[in-house]
Amino acid sequence: MVPLDYYLILSAIIFAIGVVGVLIRRNLIIVLMSIELMLNAVNLTFIAFANSLGSMDGQVIVFFVMAVAAAEAVIGLAIVISVFRHRQSLDPQEMQLLKW
Amino acid sequence: MQAYLDQLIQGGAFAGMPREVVYAIGMLLAAFIVLSAFVAPLAGVTSWLERRVWARMQSRVGPNRVGPQGILQWLADGIKNLLKEDIIPTAADKKLFSLAPYIVFMGFLCAFVVIPFGGHLIVADLNIGILYILAVTSLVVVGILMAGWASNNKWSLLGGMRSAAQIISYEIPAGVSVLMIVFLAGTLSMQGIIKGQGWAPWDWYLFHNPFTFAGFFLYFTAALAEGNRTPFDIPEAESELVAGYVTEYSGMRFLFFFFAEWGNLYVIGAVATTLFLGGWQVPPLAIFENSPMLLAVAQFVTFFLKAYLWVFVAMWIRATLPRVRVDQLMSLCWKYMVPLSFICLLGTVAFMFVPADGQRITSAAMFGLGVAITIIFFLRVGFQIRQAKPELYFKPHI
Amino acid sequence: MNGAQVGFFILAGLLIVSSLWVVFQRNVVHSAMALVAALFLVAILFLTLNAPMVGVLQILVYAGAIMVLFLFVIMFLNPIGLEQRRRLWWGFGALAGLLLAGALVPVLTNGDAPRDPVVATELFGGPEELARSLFTDFVLPFEIASILLLVAIVGAVVLAKREP
Repeated sequence: MVPLDYYLILSAIIFAIGVVGVLIRRNLIIVLMSIELMLNAVNLTFIAFANSLGSMDGQVIVFFVMAVAAAEAVIGLAIVISVFRHRQSLDPQEMQLLKW
Repeated sequence: MQAYLDQLIQGGAFAGMPREVVYAIGMLLAAFIVLSAFVAPLAGVTSWLERRVWARMQSRVGPNRVGPQGILQWLADGIKNLLKEDIIPTAADKKLFSLAPYIVFMGFLCAFVVIPFGGHLIVADLNIGILYILAVTSLVVVGILMAGWASNNKWSLLGGMRSAAQIISYEIPAGVSVLMIVFLAGTLSMQGIIKGQGWAPWDWYLFHNPFTFAGFFLYFTAALAEGNRTPFDIPEAESELVAGYVTEYSGMRFLFFFFAEWGNLYVIGAVATTLFLGGWQVPPLAIFENSPMLLAVAQFVTFFLKAYLWVFVAMWIRATLPRVRVDQLMSLCWKYMVPLSFICLLGTVAFMFVPADGQRITSAAMFGLGVAITIIFFLRVGFQIRQAKPELYFKPHI
Repeated sequence: MNGAQVGFFILAGLLIVSSLWVVFQRNVVHSAMALVAALFLVAILFLTLNAPMVGVLQILVYAGAIMVLFLFVIMFLNPIGLEQRRRLWWGFGALAGLLLAGALVPVLTNGDAPRDPVVATELFGGPEELARSLFTDFVLPFEIASILLLVAIVGAVVLAKREP
């Protein structure tokens, strides 16, 4: 058996990598992808706990996280497209004006 | 498969080896056997048969030189492609370009893990079988987009984008049609779905009610579109896109794409057979009682013939129908097939509340309808053949 | 160290490498491909944790739908030119990440969850069990999720539509 701690450490590492991506990248699409990575790290934690507690609740939460992640990706990418139309750039630094 | 491995472990065949390693090796071995002994010849022979059938339908001869009737043509083509130079365009993204065919191939090959060949002949009977097939076939889209983008060619990119849009759109009607059968069978396992049906046609889910009857055709159409087959082969439409996402490929990698395409036809047929046509169910005859070997062979042959019938129908459609336009393709999916499939789903759910007697009467009536349609179809074909002008006949001796 | 642990370390190593690839790759399409690989590996990890249904859904939803959407948008916008590597800024980011991982590991591993997993039954993680929880204890969130998805569809159409 693989101990629970191994999975938790792995998901902490993946989460931190996702955070780094959000911090350092200046490309909106990669920022969104890093957020997906963070969500997946959290999902891994949920599934690992669900397995060790023998309860289905963790898996159900992951199911909802997937639904939310799908909605988030769709809306995020739609915003990226409309920003790109106005600014011709994917740099989040260009998005500091609160109007077009 | 797993049970058999457990038996071997109990017998001490792999003394000292960890259980997981034995499972992994066993699975790899099974996958290799399935690949080399079944999938490769199947895809090859299908490619030859398609060319032959297609040629006959167009009053041509088709490949008939290699082996009897040309049946070894696929081997010759395969060897030729392996020996050809493998060209990677200078402007292409080399890593993704070389990786893409393998992803497409893997997505199609993974489906064979849960496709049953007979009552006990299955690599792994997962309890999420049909969902697993939907999941691994959706991996193909990633490979196709990768190929289209990495080729750095506008035709390839357009072909890849079209193909991806088409596959994810048609996944919805296909998935909803599959869901109908999952509701009726109450399980996602392939063997479980087959066991929910009987050997007789009126026990098949195809004839269960009018909605599953319509659902079968929805599934088959959507599956053809997902497999990029004519009349939905706009991603590789020669007349507009050269060859779509395979334009820049040559040699071995080109072969992999077409291998996947022809093998995928069998996957479509096998899934349709499992879901709607009773799978490997054979009549409970007395000879099968005392000879399990014969039973296994009969089940394999039944399943294979049913599945291959639909491969043949797909060839036929390819020889008959013109290709649809890109906007027609999308409107067919979103305006007609998606709403229809949801209507069929609701209808099937409503039908599950009909008492058993009523269900039996409906299946009998639907079976009668199916037989009537088949008879009318063959009468029509006979009529057309009699009406055809003599100069259109295929006469190899002239 | 047994077979399962060796398998876990191989998967974990590949997962970390592909995640790093997502973040530090300058080519957007390469990043997206690395993310597909990472999501696939997470799905395999789910399978090893007695969650086959969620694992297959992960492949279907992420690799089959969300990532295709990402690739579509990347190819649609086709942003030209690679982002430049700003050494100092990226170094600070990596340091922050290390600190965060260092802070998260003790928090996560010091919880009072049982360290010896409950022995899973045959049905655990299968479609029946998942559906039972989903439609009994979690039926309200389930309905809310369906509304959320509808709102997302409408929102995406409104946002991405070309102005007349």
